[in-house]
Amino acid sequence: MANTSFGMKLQGLGLGLASRFAAHPIVQKYGLTKPAEKFAYLATKKGFQLVQKGLAKKSLDKNNKNNIKALPSPPPLFDLTLSDEQQMIRDSVKAYAQNNIRPLASVADEQAKLPENLLPSSQDLGLNYFSIPEHLGGAGQCSPMTSVLVAEDLAWGDFSLAFAILASTSVVNSISRWGNKTQQALWLPKFCGEDTLNNTPINAAIAVQEPQPLFNSALLQTHAKNNKKGYLLNGTKSLVPLAGTADLYLVAAQFKGKNELFLIPAKTKGVTFKASPAMGLRSAEVGTLQLEKVQLDKDALLGNGNVPHKQFNYRQFIDSSHLTWCAMAIGCCQAALDYLIPYVNERHAFGEPISHRQSVAFMIANMKIEIESMRLLVWKAASRFERGEEFHRDAFLAHHLCMDKSMEIGTNAVQLLGGHGFTKEHPAERWYRDLRVLSVINGGLQL
Amino acid sequence: MIYLEVPKKLRMLVNQARQTADHVFRPISRKYDRAEHDYPVELDMFAAIMDGMNDALEDGGAGSGKLRQGKKDSSQIQNGINMTTVLGLAELCRGDVGLSLTLPRQGLGNAAIAAVANDEQLARFGHKWAAMAITEPGCGSDSAAVRTTAIKDGDDYIINGEKIYVTSGERADAVVVWATVDKTLGKAAIKSFVVEKGTPGMEVTRLEKKLGIKASDTAAIRFNDCRVPRANLLGTEEVNIDKGFAGVMQTFDNTRPVVAAMAVGVATASIERTKELLKEQGIDIDYKRPAKLSSYIKAEVYRMEAELEAARLLTIKAAWMADNGQPNSIEASISKAKAGRVANDVTLKCVELLGTVGYCEDELLEKWARDSKILDIFEGTQQIQQLIIARRLLNKSSSELK
Repeated sequence: MANTSFGMKLQGLGLGLASRFAAHPIVQKYGLTKPAEKFAYLATKKGFQLVQKGLAKKSLDKNNKNNIKALPSPPPLFDLTLSDEQQMIRDSVKAYAQNNIRPLASVADEQAKLPENLLPSSQDLGLNYFSIPEHLGGAGQCSPMTSVLVAEDLAWGDFSLAFAILASTSVVNSISRWGNKTQQALWLPKFCGEDTLNNTPINAAIAVQEPQPLFNSALLQTHAKNNKKGYLLNGTKSLVPLAGTADLYLVAAQFKGKNELFLIPAKTKGVTFKASPAMGLRSAEVGTLQLEKVQLDKDALLGNGNVPHKQFNYRQFIDSSHLTWCAMAIGCCQAALDYLIPYVNERHAFGEPISHRQSVAFMIANMKIEIESMRLLVWKAASRFERGEEFHRDAFLAHHLCMDKSMEIGTNAVQLLGGHGFTKEHPAERWYRDLRVLSVINGGLQL
Repeated sequence: MIYLEVPKKLRMLVNQARQTADHVFRPISRKYDRAEHDYPVELDMFAAIMDGMNDALEDGGAGSGKLRQGKKDSSQIQNGINMTTVLGLAELCRGDVGLSLTLPRQGLGNAAIAAVANDEQLARFGHKWAAMAITEPGCGSDSAAVRTTAIKDGDDYIINGEKIYVTSGERADAVVVWATVDKTLGKAAIKSFVVEKGTPGMEVTRLEKKLGIKASDTAAIRFNDCRVPRANLLGTEEVNIDKGFAGVMQTFDNTRPVVAAMAVGVATASIERTKELLKEQGIDIDYKRPAKLSSYIKAEVYRMEAELEAARLLTIKAAWMADNGQPNSIEASISKAKAGRVANDVTLKCVELLGTVGYCEDELLEKWARDSKILDIFEGTQQIQQLIIARRLLNKSSSELK
């Protein structure tokens, strides 16, 4: 079974991606020469594991060259070097963003519609496999640090489409981190296309935000009550991606004075959707999710019955969500800077490139300064999360910095293009609309 | 592996610097703010202890006199002298920027000597306190326009000109002077010379009265036919049009993160004290609700803390790159630009938030708000840093992007 789907996945793989991967220095370095292994990396869980094993074996060989036993690792030093694996993933995602996301962004935004092929093609990146436990067919490697790199690079392609792609991955990450065994066994294989119609992986989304002006993610109006069959839910959720098209929603609601998440299949009675397009995020098909007397069974409460240290942690959930949004904002801002540098060098006024004017050049310099600032704060918080250290303050500060600075960069991106920036001839006005969501949204994403 | 914490091996040093800030600097902070130009004698003892500490450290110690670019070695990550220096200095400046600047043997001239001196020069000047003299009455940020001349005469150079804003210019044992050996050859002809205190023809003509960092002396120095041996020229004697000036400028890649660290230190002091005073008023900075659901004061503290954390990480990053032999000109400028403006913004904002408590001399907050301004000016102003960053990003020369 696994082998069949492995082969199927290989066929579905984008060639551009595969050749980029094959040419990657890391692949050369570790001698991952068997074509199947190379191609497989991006394609399937199986392939992912193969490469993992290959890398692990190589590094083991290196360590054991002189039959010296590996010493206990020294305490870590301040370091900003990505691992080989992270660099490899980064390059693949960036290539995908360049070739498969960018070309779709403008039309998708205009039509407020998710391109049909996007979600299936993004499956080839294998993002959903990372955090799924090995016994359920994934790699069992939930890495918040790698996830922020992925989020940044996807959003460098397009912010709103990255949101759509990461919606399902975020649900997978949440179930892998906090779900109980029954929930994991029921839902996670479906994200790999097992037990589903035509072996097509299911899509899912997280719903936290509610339509009130002073919405506070800690004080949810959506609430759940205990009853004989399980839980009864009522409430309204806004800015939900893939509204009406996903198969499963992970919904935040207040239950017994605590904030919890509930797994709600889209077809559950009492669940209705209304398209509610917004200023930005248009191609992610955001909408309002209405829950009216929604009856859920006892397995719907995420992490129900887990031992204490595996129990759902709402604050961590919100912090991790903010970090994903921050990483996406960084990617979008980086895209803006990459776009503007050639533009201000080529655009002439008063007989010279406008980049020769300090008023223009300093805006570019400040974009760079603030992008670097945002990135370091997000990396610090995500790496603390990954090591299991307290990261609330770091995530909180990262979010506050990104809210301010990314919007500043968004508005300056339009400004630097002048009147042209105000038109749809350039992507800056889209970035401007998308980046405003940073200080608006809670939830929706998860590392 | 991504790790953005203070490494364990440096935590003791950071803690020592913190103790120094609290127990050596803070108690005399106000005294030397009021008694401008009085030499802080308390520092002599401390400087000797610090020398010993630095020399005893693994990896060659810390401080301005030790700064140098690390060697590129991809197999092993280093947290070396540059990082040790920025982390230590940020803590010292949390105590007092002016006093940190007047620490014997920690002058910017020491950084220049460490960066380019040969072995013979290191032996002669390595343990001397050296100030840096670049600015002139007619040139500030445009350091390529120096008019001070150094004319070769046998085995000596004869220096003529006037230098201003020389930090520790009166107290230091020596001054590193930037002078041109041939005005017609432009910036490539600018060389630096070590002039020792007491050399005939060198005279301190004035000490500035300043807005802040009053514990640190800022001198104007005149050179009248001041004769220095040829062996005091730092770097190569020949004038190389292609890369002459670049060598002199290279010092800045190491010293800009150091000044950024000073800014991080003073901003940390302001926020810490502000939070203490707010807590006495029942305002607890708890990171519970986002800024828009908090009071204005809390929202401002959150904003400042986020900015400060960014400045701090950018500074450590620039130092980390220097330690690991990675070219860091742009990162050095980014750290200096960000930390300089953040420190100025934060210290001024804290005074504003606390009203007269912040504004009056009973607290040090007003002093920190005065001290911080220089950090966005010296070692390259905010605007110069932005020019450097922009030129790099846009691939422009200094004649194109002026």
